[in-house]
Amino acid sequence: MSILLDASTRVIVQGITGREGTFHAGQMLEMGTKVVGGTSPGKGGTTHLGLPVFNTVADAVKATGANASGIFVPPPFAADAIMEAAAGGISLIVCITEGIPIQEMIKVKDFLHGYSSARLIGANCPGLITPGVGKIGIIPQRITSAGSVGLVSRSGTLTYEVASALTAAGMGQSTIVGIGGDPVLGLTFKDVVELFEKDPTTTHLVLIGEIGGSDEERAAELLGAGTRLKTVAFVSGRTAPEGKRMGHAGAIVSGNRGTAKSKVEAFQKAGVAVAETTDDIVGLLR
Amino acid sequence: MKLLEYQAKEVLASLGIQIPPGKVARTPDEAAKACEELGPVAIKAQVPVGGRGKAGGIKVVKTPDEARKAAAQIIGMDIKGFKVPLVYCEAALDIQREIYLGFTVDRDARNNILMLSAKGGMDIEQVAEEAPESIARLHPNPWRGPLDFELNQLAFDAGLGELARPLTALIRKLYRAIPELDAVTAEINPLVVTTKGEIIAGDAKLETDENAAWRHRDLEERYGSVLEGDPYEVEAKKRGLTYVSLDGDIGIIGNGAGLCMNTLDLVAKAGGRAANFCDIGGGAKAEVVENALAVILMNPRVRGVLMNVFGGITRGDEVAKGLVTARDNLKMKLPLVVRMSGTNEEEGRAILKQNGIEPGASAWEAAQKIVELTKAAAPR
Repeated sequence: MSILLDASTRVIVQGITGREGTFHAGQMLEMGTKVVGGTSPGKGGTTHLGLPVFNTVADAVKATGANASGIFVPPPFAADAIMEAAAGGISLIVCITEGIPIQEMIKVKDFLHGYSSARLIGANCPGLITPGVGKIGIIPQRITSAGSVGLVSRSGTLTYEVASALTAAGMGQSTIVGIGGDPVLGLTFKDVVELFEKDPTTTHLVLIGEIGGSDEERAAELLGAGTRLKTVAFVSGRTAPEGKRMGHAGAIVSGNRGTAKSKVEAFQKAGVAVAETTDDIVGLLR
Repeated sequence: MKLLEYQAKEVLASLGIQIPPGKVARTPDEAAKACEELGPVAIKAQVPVGGRGKAGGIKVVKTPDEARKAAAQIIGMDIKGFKVPLVYCEAALDIQREIYLGFTVDRDARNNILMLSAKGGMDIEQVAEEAPESIARLHPNPWRGPLDFELNQLAFDAGLGELARPLTALIRKLYRAIPELDAVTAEINPLVVTTKGEIIAGDAKLETDENAAWRHRDLEERYGSVLEGDPYEVEAKKRGLTYVSLDGDIGIIGNGAGLCMNTLDLVAKAGGRAANFCDIGGGAKAEVVENALAVILMNPRVRGVLMNVFGGITRGDEVAKGLVTARDNLKMKLPLVVRMSGTNEEEGRAILKQNGIEPGASAWEAAQKIVELTKAAAPR
């Protein structure tokens, strides 16, 4: 019925007493997510939003049995928060924070090799939502509806755009995953496509890529080898000038690899329909 | 931040890497004086893009008079959109051989990659394509950095075994730019072995991570203000905006890099040309919207503005209020099309309507609308 996040997922929010943490933990609770607590060093023992607050992730896991975490701490502390979550026994780590130094993310990725059960989504991502069940992150619930389309995207706002169009067209979603736009991140398109492939209720797949890196090409190779999912891909940044930085470090075009052309061709070669604009996605998916 | 060659070389020198004698010149007279002191020099344009040699930005001179003339030609020259603010006058080296050395972030490996090749001095991208095996590569452990035996292996793999000892020492020094400066790319090409056997950085490129700028304010203060880049980009940076100038006439504001890039694609598909990329990010506040519009309107080419906001954290009513205030404060008369959706979108749309701005229904419709309106509008 979903990937990564289901009714049994017990979520803590790292940075729950901060402004963003408070707002989004509230939104997560409102849609029925099993948020079981949060962390805020020095505020252990207090309650916030009616939930217990702990000093550390290890304390929170011990007391609540949490297995997932949403991270809303400022950039200088976010890499450490991810590693704390993994070391504390969290298996699904969702880091929303934007602006983590890339060298810290490289260290985080190396650190996570030691925790094979820990999966990281992000950073610099909107998180994930299983409509009707729960969410970790900031994807607005009201633009989603439960169904059988799996949606995975690098861009936050384009995720909303497409989710909203799918919902308006009556095509509900199994799970929506925003993997983030940074050059060094947790789960890749390929990882998420593999999960959707194994999820029996997901029958359709929408993949929203953008210029930079070669994760789209790798996912295309996987899909080209055979899939039961009816898939539509979209690539943004077709008209972006080369070599100019566009906010996401991930959007730097280098060489032939990583260009919109290379990605579109990879999907076409794999037999995946490629949408010209986000408005075309719904039509191609039907 | 992309450092200029002379800045990157200063950094290399501070890490203990040998660089040729050189002097910065802001005027032709300064260049002549540098040549007097250094002897024959290369007068090199300082711009943060490649290909300056082909663009006529490097001249080798023997006398102070020639240096003065060359500098007068190069200073102020436009190289790929960058006005050359100054030249670097550098003493020539007696070259025995040229090596390539660099590191960058390998996105696929989620790690840094060190690269070393005996085929330096030429276009390394061509080498990478035609003879990839001639570039030796190493992914160092990010926590401890490269170990001596790994660097030794790298040198032998590159066919530079006879220089393994000095290269190992030099690469260690270069690698310090990662933990100490949050460098994401560094390149020494060519790394020159002189006829006397010294190993000297002939050119240098260095880029640091914008996400880590908060812990390297000293670098920003020392090097950040030299460049006379695009005036709108400079102003946008002052105002804390993510902004890139493009060459069209439709100003673009969007929230989120992906959405913003998609907006550019839609405008192009509708037959228009974007004047810029401007990402106001998640949680964009009224003040940010006003700043974005102010910078976009500085550009006299702009004949209309398309704003595309899909809210997650971003609240539509705040964005709308900011937009109306900004338009009024800036006395904007150009066509303005706004596509807004997301949190509090009804409130946001109501505010826009009350103030005579019609919200577009979808991003694609909004893009078509602004292209139509800007084609109809007379140039300012």
